[in-house]
Amino acid sequence: MFEHYLNIFITTVFIENIALSLFLGMCTFIAISKKIDAAFGLGVAVIVVCVLTVPLNNLIYNYVLREDALTWLGIEGTNLEFVELISYIGVIAASVQILEMFLDKYVPALYNALGQFLPLITVNCAILGASLFMVEKDLLFTESIVYGFGAGFGWALAIVVLAGIREKLKYSDIPEGLKGLGTTFIIVGLMSFGFMSFGGISL
Amino acid sequence: MSLKRYQEVIVNPLIKENPITLQILGICSALAVTNNLSVTMVMCVAVTSVISFSNLFISLIRNYIPTSIRIIVQMTIIASLVIVVDELLKAYDYETSKKLSVFVGLIITNCIVMGRAEAFAMKEKPLVSFFDGLGNGIGYSIILIGVAFIRELFGAGTLFGYEILPLVSNGGWYMGNNLLLLPPSSFIIIGLFIWLIRSLQKDQVEEDDFVVSKHSTSPDLTKRELNV
Repeated sequence: MFEHYLNIFITTVFIENIALSLFLGMCTFIAISKKIDAAFGLGVAVIVVCVLTVPLNNLIYNYVLREDALTWLGIEGTNLEFVELISYIGVIAASVQILEMFLDKYVPALYNALGQFLPLITVNCAILGASLFMVEKDLLFTESIVYGFGAGFGWALAIVVLAGIREKLKYSDIPEGLKGLGTTFIIVGLMSFGFMSFGGISL
Repeated sequence: MSLKRYQEVIVNPLIKENPITLQILGICSALAVTNNLSVTMVMCVAVTSVISFSNLFISLIRNYIPTSIRIIVQMTIIASLVIVVDELLKAYDYETSKKLSVFVGLIITNCIVMGRAEAFAMKEKPLVSFFDGLGNGIGYSIILIGVAFIRELFGAGTLFGYEILPLVSNGGWYMGNNLLLLPPSSFIIIGLFIWLIRSLQKDQVEEDDFVVSKHSTSPDLTKRELNV
């Protein structure tokens, strides 16, 4: 049983890395990766939000939206899948807002560190993408917790690595037009080619 | 509002303030859907219509949205529009909708839509916001179509599925570049596009994060270092 969960975790972190193999959350990935500190803070925030929202959306999908999901209420023949997107984004926006208020009240130190990144996360497609892929893979509730953690962890890993490379590149002599954004794109492309080599691993 | 203003909001985002290469918005979908021109076109139309209409509707009710919950209100409008697009696509072009899989849904979190709503539609009048959305959508499409053109032509030797460069495997002369069919290649192509645009538009070049100190540029530095 434990091995099964470990498999899901390794697959999501390395083989199907949400940033470098599925290309989700790219805007923040490229915009906030100049410094390792900021990248690390954002990475932690993404992990927390993923762990919260993916299992929540899993429950919503399995007990409300899915075809015939409402039989536990005695209602049959329902299929609410068309409101999928709006309910997931609602859950994500609401949990980010609640998390922000909770941290502000009880863990001010963490709030100060993460605070500025939290609103960015609502529009980070890695989070919504993780929920959508969770539905596509048809995961159970416990599996979805592991999947959420793996997805967030993989994204955080990728952004910290990219920030490390960019910090090292700061002093290199790059052609005028490629400075900044241009090189970052090319580095991410090369990193992502590197991550493709994990694709051959079968677990 | 003068005609010039409309012209400005449509033309500026095409190259000068392009959402992908300058504002760093909406990159996610730019990568995964660009290996085939016809799929890319569908995606571009979908994104452009969502941006234009979300800008229009958000701008219409901009004076009634309380600032504290504006993100959720904007999200609801955008998500409803995306659901309409998704359902239309499923009804009329099921094949393409399968190929785009989750990426249609991800238009909701495409930061161009959200970014333009925040930066433009919340302040400006409805009609001009609509055209701003249109301009940004087209700016996004230009880059996407450019990337898809290169990837499909040199990767598979076809355009819109029609053979342009006959492949060796089909008895032709062109050896397809398989690297271009892999999604990471689109990063590198966009990187090169940025280089091209910035060589033409010098003001977009980014400043260095550091200042070279005066002494290190003096010509006798190398001499001193080499102890000559």
